[in-house]
Amino acid sequence: MKSSVYVDNNATTAVAPEVTEAILPYFTEHWGNPSSMHNFGGSVKRSIDAAREKVAALIGAEHPNEIIFTSCGSESDNMAIRGAVDAIGGHPHLITTRVEHAAVLGPCHYLEDKGFRLSTLEVDEKGNLDLEKLREKSMSGKKTVASVMWANNETGVIFPIPEIGTIVKEGGGIFHTDAVQIAGKLPISVRNIPVDLLSISGHKLHAPKGIGALYARRGTKITPHIMGGHQERGRRAGTENVPYIVGLGKACELAMERMEKDAQHERNLRDRLEAGVLATCKGARINGDLESRLPNTTNISFEYVEGEAIILMLDDVGICASTGSACASGSLEPSHVLRAMDVPRSMLHGSIRFSLSRYNTEEDIDDVLEKLPVIIKRLRELSPFAND
Amino acid sequence: MWEYTDKVNDHFKNPRNVGAVENPDGDGLAGSLACGDALRLTFKLDDEKKISEAKFQTFGCASAIASSSALTVMLIGKTVEEAEEITNKEIIDYLGDLPKQKVHCSVMGREALEAAIYNYRTGKTLDRKIDGEVICHCFGATDKEIEKVAREQNLTSAEEVTNACKAGGGCGQCIPEIEEIINRVIGEEQKKEEVPKLTQLQKIKLIEETIDRQVRPILRRDGGDLELHDVDGDRVLVKFVGACVSCPVSSVTLKDVVETQLREAISDDIVVESV
Repeated sequence: MKSSVYVDNNATTAVAPEVTEAILPYFTEHWGNPSSMHNFGGSVKRSIDAAREKVAALIGAEHPNEIIFTSCGSESDNMAIRGAVDAIGGHPHLITTRVEHAAVLGPCHYLEDKGFRLSTLEVDEKGNLDLEKLREKSMSGKKTVASVMWANNETGVIFPIPEIGTIVKEGGGIFHTDAVQIAGKLPISVRNIPVDLLSISGHKLHAPKGIGALYARRGTKITPHIMGGHQERGRRAGTENVPYIVGLGKACELAMERMEKDAQHERNLRDRLEAGVLATCKGARINGDLESRLPNTTNISFEYVEGEAIILMLDDVGICASTGSACASGSLEPSHVLRAMDVPRSMLHGSIRFSLSRYNTEEDIDDVLEKLPVIIKRLRELSPFAND
Repeated sequence: MWEYTDKVNDHFKNPRNVGAVENPDGDGLAGSLACGDALRLTFKLDDEKKISEAKFQTFGCASAIASSSALTVMLIGKTVEEAEEITNKEIIDYLGDLPKQKVHCSVMGREALEAAIYNYRTGKTLDRKIDGEVICHCFGATDKEIEKVAREQNLTSAEEVTNACKAGGGCGQCIPEIEEIINRVIGEEQKKEEVPKLTQLQKIKLIEETIDRQVRPILRRDGGDLELHDVDGDRVLVKFVGACVSCPVSSVTLKDVVETQLREAISDDIVVESV
């Protein structure tokens, strides 16, 4: 099914044509094993090294060998948290937040079930953390492993990672940040920020699905979970996914080149979309801290209507967006992020996330602004609560 | 992405009978904003006491809207007594099917119908007083409500309860309590089904009948037969005659034919022995 307007880029992005072009020769010509002694494999090894440098450059890593290629952002998050906990030994105190991605909450809850102490920090109605609470937890006297996301996938809210990292390090802890949503969208650098571990995902920045990376600062010990090979300096065994590693490298290079321009483009479109929606849709409000957000993301609640119904009606007119509302996912629970932010009950079930990319156009936004108000009006007419 | 039937999609995209009937004879509300879906149903009767008009207003997902729309179509032309018989299962059947996680949408239809009929008969609003103890705090479901839905729909797991009425679908803390309720209901339902205990005389008669009707014909095909020798509690003693006496596999026949047939007819505790 062809979609005319794709505004769900925090779910996944289109593979950039430049990335596809870079990948293809690694299926057709350069299919050697990078571990081989011969030059046919050796040249592939050099391509991986070049990709590693590009990923390192995107996040400001000092040494390319601080980058470990993984299969996805979720693997990077799991590897960071469980790998750090295993390497420390004993029972470190885990710290995270209520609004993390499931790939962070999953391993944290698993470890909690195994007897580890887990502190989950609350957020306020704008989605921001209380850093004093974090300081308190970080100074609990026990060795800590803290995992706090850089930008939220649902609302785009950005946490002050430099300050958070400093607080965790002052307490002597290990600090991991899930940077999956921010990497490639805004400049981030681990050079002067006390981050030990950082996750990124390929398909959120125009590389294919099935590739991710974990940054592990020199000296940070993590126990590997895939063992039995020297690849990635023994930290993740298994023959490398060469084409996609090359693709991730290319995507990072592109993102760096275009970041300022892309961010401005997305911000312009996003602001145009928000202004239009607020002006034309009754009962709409933007969720999250408007001052500290990703340029491409907006999370809008519509009072008295339900998210799945909006999404399916948008889909019917060729617009792809997503909802944190309960009914669209398998669970019946409304978005854990919006609940943590205490979004009012009348708004909680009707939230839609629009997330843009460099490929969106003004025409896309105009199309949404033409069709969305009609849908909201129609659903409000159906609703027993909206009295227009 | 949910797989909705064409009929669900049709009723979602082209809902029938939207709105509220003016001066309704029945007016009922089910669900709430907090729960994420709600349905207001209104209807009007004609001179023959049949529903001539039924309208809905729904806050909810695609299948909630489709279930509501379907319900109004099903109602029109029925008497209140006929309408009262409509179950959530019939709403699902009308729509072709609903994903199991969406069954609660049809239950909401049934609840709104109950509320509207109550309003028609009493002139009052059905006040869903909290009946019982709240078990699921996310969706405000009480033990009595969970028990009712589990009994009516023969549910056997907490997941099925969640699909039917949402209870347990939020934070999940109440799932162990829901499981307790289900196990209790299943136990009670099984007891109801149990056959009353036979007297020894009834048991012997039933054994004789079963041997006559279901065992002898099989043995006679091969020129054999048996006689009932004695019944001692659940021990049934039989005596093979005819070809069975010299048959090398008569012990297999004893277990596979005689004992199996008697167990099916009387009880699993029956043991058959030959004398």
